[in-house]
Amino acid sequence: MPDTYPHATTDDLPRAMHDLGGATKFMCEPVDIEPHALTDFDKEVDALRQILGARKIMGVDELRRCIEAIPEADYLRLSYYRKWIRSITDNLLQKGVFTEAELRAELERG
Amino acid sequence: MLALGAQVLVKNDWPETRGPCHIRTPHYLRGHRGVVVRQFGAYPNPEDLAFARPAAPVPLYHVAFSRRDIWPEGSDRDELLVEIYEHWLEPTGAASR
Repeated sequence: MPDTYPHATTDDLPRAMHDLGGATKFMCEPVDIEPHALTDFDKEVDALRQILGARKIMGVDELRRCIEAIPEADYLRLSYYRKWIRSITDNLLQKGVFTEAELRAELERG
Repeated sequence: MLALGAQVLVKNDWPETRGPCHIRTPHYLRGHRGVVVRQFGAYPNPEDLAFARPAAPVPLYHVAFSRRDIWPEGSDRDELLVEIYEHWLEPTGAASR
């Protein structure tokens, strides 16, 4: 064991919720490595992210930061691309690209 | 720039306890010793890019860790190689090879 940080497990460390690698809690759960088919929703979110990147509005590192900032209950519940759209929405609201009222009005218009 | 074979200590720092941040150093390596085995060049610091701030290039390395030190279970043939940015590494000694 290193003399700098002796510990048998990592569960006692103040890790961030998304920093799952090596967390003992997940040690016995097999990882699902089967390929998943992408839905139209998934593809649209991916396309949106690419446009935001190409137009220098939001980068992938910002995407990751805002995914990591999703409250834990939502983070564990949301699918991969739903985390993306949540992150994109939060980021664009923070930047003032649109307001919450504008977003709500658009969603109600359908 | 750290030399190949340089022995390093991953900073035992926990920015996530101090407020919003985005870091690429996994929790289970903080405070552990490793060896630099590959130099990847320098990339804009993702910790700044994550907040759309100007990001200075930071050298990125493959650092090898003793798997047994990190996780006592597993096989001795397992290799633990992790990409870590230079500002997370403190040199602890001369190059070992």
